[in-house]
Amino acid sequence: MRVGNDVVLVLVVITALGFDFTNGFHDTGNAMATSIATKALEPRVAVALSGVLNLVGAFLSLAVAATIANGLVSTKLVTLTVVAAGLSGGIVWNLVTWLLGIPSSSSHALIGGVIGSMLAAAGGHAVLWHGLVSKVVLPAVLSPVIAALVAATGTWLLYRISRSLTNSVRQHGFRIGQIGSACMVSLAHGTNDAQKTMGVITLALIANKTVAAGSNAPFWVILCCALAISLGTYIGGWRVIRTLGKGLVEIESPQGMAAESASAAVILLSSSFGYSLSTTHVATGSIIGTGLGKKGAEVRWNVAGRMATAWVFTLPSAALVGAGAFALAHGIGGTLGVVVDLIILLGVVAVIYWRSRGSKVDHNNVNDEWTGSVAPAEPEPAPAA
Amino acid sequence: MWINLNALWKIVVFGLLAGAGLPALFAIGLRSLSMPGSRVQTAGADSDHLVGGNIVGMIIAAIIFLVILAALGWCVFEVYQIGHPAKAK
Repeated sequence: MRVGNDVVLVLVVITALGFDFTNGFHDTGNAMATSIATKALEPRVAVALSGVLNLVGAFLSLAVAATIANGLVSTKLVTLTVVAAGLSGGIVWNLVTWLLGIPSSSSHALIGGVIGSMLAAAGGHAVLWHGLVSKVVLPAVLSPVIAALVAATGTWLLYRISRSLTNSVRQHGFRIGQIGSACMVSLAHGTNDAQKTMGVITLALIANKTVAAGSNAPFWVILCCALAISLGTYIGGWRVIRTLGKGLVEIESPQGMAAESASAAVILLSSSFGYSLSTTHVATGSIIGTGLGKKGAEVRWNVAGRMATAWVFTLPSAALVGAGAFALAHGIGGTLGVVVDLIILLGVVAVIYWRSRGSKVDHNNVNDEWTGSVAPAEPEPAPAA
Repeated sequence: MWINLNALWKIVVFGLLAGAGLPALFAIGLRSLSMPGSRVQTAGADSDHLVGGNIVGMIIAAIIFLVILAALGWCVFEVYQIGHPAKAK
């Protein structure tokens, strides 16, 4: 029996790191979209910088990992199969939204998946509803509003203070400032999002009785998660970057700096309180806020509406996939059940990747004019000279 | 309690201070830095020189930028402190 369990544990850890990787590339945009859109940073430099800072951030605070590991589901009832199924739910939803270029919350995808499979496994009493609502659902609703408020205030202040500067000095100056603020967001992202996978792996270790309930993440878990998320960040989710940087609001560098500072501040503060909020929701709130704080700026509410819809569906959809994955694994039973789950997961990943090749977004076309779709129109053949 | 009001007001107030206040401070720094001085060209209003060349302005700007860096460093340190509670003995 032990051998079987250890095989499953290893599979779960690998799946979790896979999730962390998707988390990284899904969320690069949160930190870097505005800097890339205002050309404060070269796209590739931006994602590399963000990757490194995510690595650092992952070590900075462990409060959120503790929330995920011990605050959401009953650690007495959780099993490795539950965790594996939950991760499948999270990964599938993350990839689907990435394909559509929707910056949805990786955190909610993960939490939704785990809760769905927990519900399927043990029923409603296994979920710590109070923790779920007070540490996940309410912050999800409040954080974008707070971020928008901070960003709108910041934007207004920046334009007010810098109004005597010529436009080119202002753009140039704030572009430099943006590098700093974007770095802070990446750091903040590490303190919040890398933690979530650490929490889940810790949950798996608790389920396998490798560590005691109530434990913090062991060092190797922190290290692996930090590496996985920073690698994912480096690969860069260009589709999401494009929606955030170009789709929502046309952004100037003072707005970029205001949005990033607001995101960084709200995420870092919330991480400290152990709130597993969605960096995606915060970044989106900030970008909308910066559109509201500047006279004459236009917020594309239809894009925002599409995102908000995806946000509402994230928890339940990931939960459904998680529950389905659990039912399947449980039906087959044992190690084989988990293996079958993961093989199906790999199949889904392959299909989504293949679909994404059809409308490629990368560092070359990420800043093309927004024409209402994620993938820019095929460029005209470049004229000679 | 479903909403931790204590955490909420702190996030709003410190969020505004750090998230809007620090960039505003940066804007003031930029303004001081570009105060007209020895390096202003005759080209006039369309110059894109960040550094105006005014000594006082440059000193003020330097102080402001240092304050911002110190504030960021302090924030990161605080987050680290809170995020790694001392192990119970």
